[in-house]
Amino acid sequence: MSILIDKDTKVITQGITGKTGQFHTKMCREYANGRNCFVAGVNPKKPGENFEGIPIFGTVKDAKAATGATVSVIYVPPPFAAAAIDEAVDAGLDLVICITEGIPVRDMIRTRDRMKGKKTLLLGPNCPGTITPDEIKIGIMPGHIHKKGRIGVVSRSGTLTYEAVGQLTALGLGQSSAVGIGGDPVNGLKHIDLLRLFNDDPETDAVIMVGEIGGSDEETAAEWVKANMKKPVVGFIAGVTAPPGKRMGHAGAIISGGKGTAQEKLAVMEACGIKVTKNPAEMGKLLKSVL
Amino acid sequence: MNIHEYQGKEVFRKFGVPTPRGIPALSVEEAVKAAETLGGKVWVVKAQIHAGGRGKGGGVKVAKSPAEVKDLASKILGMTLVTHQTGPEGRKVHRLLIEEGADIKKELYVALVVDRVTQRATMMASSEGGMDIEEVAAKTPEKIHRVAIDPKTGLKDAEAEDIAKKIGVPDGSIAQARDLLKGLYKVFDECDCSLAEVNPLIVTGDGKVVALDAKLNFDSNALFRHPEIVAYRDLDEEDPAEIEASKFDLSYISLDGNIGCLVNGAGLAMATMDTIKLFGGNPANFLDVGGGATTEKVTEAFKIMLARPGLKAILVNIFGGIMKCDTIAEGVVAAAKQVGLKVPLVVRLEGTNVDLGKKILADSGLPIISAADMGDAAAKAVAAAKGQGN
Repeated sequence: MSILIDKDTKVITQGITGKTGQFHTKMCREYANGRNCFVAGVNPKKPGENFEGIPIFGTVKDAKAATGATVSVIYVPPPFAAAAIDEAVDAGLDLVICITEGIPVRDMIRTRDRMKGKKTLLLGPNCPGTITPDEIKIGIMPGHIHKKGRIGVVSRSGTLTYEAVGQLTALGLGQSSAVGIGGDPVNGLKHIDLLRLFNDDPETDAVIMVGEIGGSDEETAAEWVKANMKKPVVGFIAGVTAPPGKRMGHAGAIISGGKGTAQEKLAVMEACGIKVTKNPAEMGKLLKSVL
Repeated sequence: MNIHEYQGKEVFRKFGVPTPRGIPALSVEEAVKAAETLGGKVWVVKAQIHAGGRGKGGGVKVAKSPAEVKDLASKILGMTLVTHQTGPEGRKVHRLLIEEGADIKKELYVALVVDRVTQRATMMASSEGGMDIEEVAAKTPEKIHRVAIDPKTGLKDAEAEDIAKKIGVPDGSIAQARDLLKGLYKVFDECDCSLAEVNPLIVTGDGKVVALDAKLNFDSNALFRHPEIVAYRDLDEEDPAEIEASKFDLSYISLDGNIGCLVNGAGLAMATMDTIKLFGGNPANFLDVGGGATTEKVTEAFKIMLARPGLKAILVNIFGGIMKCDTIAEGVVAAAKQVGLKVPLVVRLEGTNVDLGKKILADSGLPIISAADMGDAAAKAVAAAKGQGN
């Protein structure tokens, strides 16, 4: 078991013909069962063509009808990425994973509003994607650092997800699934949503939750953990040293007026029974200590 | 991206948001001429910098004659204005806004931001204008009123009127306030703002509702569709190191410390800074080289870091995913040789092709201190910065 995706998931790649889309589609196909999972690409100008044997369709709807795919991954450039999400939602996919970084917030506000009442889940945008080790990888994370196992990883930042995974693997602890939710202010699945899924997954024993400054998603998730989580959760928050008002790469990583500081988040998490560390080099060790 | 108050007011006027009449001035002569053009008996001389708190810092003064305008303009132009938003080093004033004086009867507050929880543009308004709004939020949160705006409809008449009443706009001015608030939402939405703040929004003696200030920040991801906003960019207001970094697509922010950091990924970059601090050091910068770092980018990053006075050490922390460690190692070696590295360099590599990367560093003959993990790297960089290296 795992969350969101497994070896039988069928995936459509939106933006398969761009440089990024091509590169990562190749990498994903080479990982575990990827050859059977990545079944279709979409480019409105190139229906009927193929990318290394993967058939290209003009629309997500056509790709879904022809292949039975339920998930899409998006590498479409930022000015067009929100429309790509809309298309996947309208086609009724179960899950859309948007890797694209730099989508205007205004576009995402409209896209999220359109998604209300629809069944489609959105991961990202501006995220590395998600992986279920030894089964399937959808996104841009390096596959080889992962190891199959029973620890869930959820993080806002891409490289910090890799850092957490790398530490776990080095300690011999494999992962059930590792999920990067992305750093944008208006996005899809949040820490709380992934914690719920990990809580319900019989093959996850514990979770590392990596957050960063800005917003209040970590606090909301921590309150939920206190009330509902049956498995140990450990955490780290990046950005203790970030000066207020400065944007640290991620649109999300900005703090203003004392709201969303790392100290506040850490305090709430601890109060909710989540063990936290201030040393990101020790996330793996901390997780091991609670097993 | 930020713009000046006078530019914000130009945007406001395009969208029908009333502002006082005003003319920007780059010199004392222009300031006097502006006052004469505006006419009247009272003028306000306002320093234009990208930071709030200008009034308290002495950058906003009232003049009652053209001679006084001249006197104040010559004092404010070129002064270094220190406010709670500029940091202790302050900001030099290069531009002024000369504005007609306003007859202020009431000072109110209104702003628009994106609320992550509702995932909507949200209008916040308060009867407590002219004050630090964070203070109002902390002390009297009941005085802040909010409405989350439906992107399909925009701010509705009833919502705008309701907010106007709640913040104490007099009955006779409600219709005007409604139109102003709706115009403000239009500015926020159509210009892709991340913040639109009017503090204060005033009601004048004759009942007019006017935006006495204008603070607009824009979503940098949307600037591609707003050349008219990009034209407002003022490089005098930006950190030269950050401008240089942006040319090479490096995400860089100057900080106060003495340990330079070069990291891939924003989250890991923040975590690296945090770890340096945890081990008793101080980061000199935030620097995310991104996923596609080339030798050229790494070299430029080194140049920018080394240009900082007082730099004592550099810490390179890379978790190679798609980016291979050998590529980074080659970049580090090339950069170190090209720029003539004079401070200790601590490198932590992990991920794809890590062994090859480490070999390249070891074979380079450079005095590179290698580290096993992030904690080790931070400890070594802090020790090196304190002169206890190796």
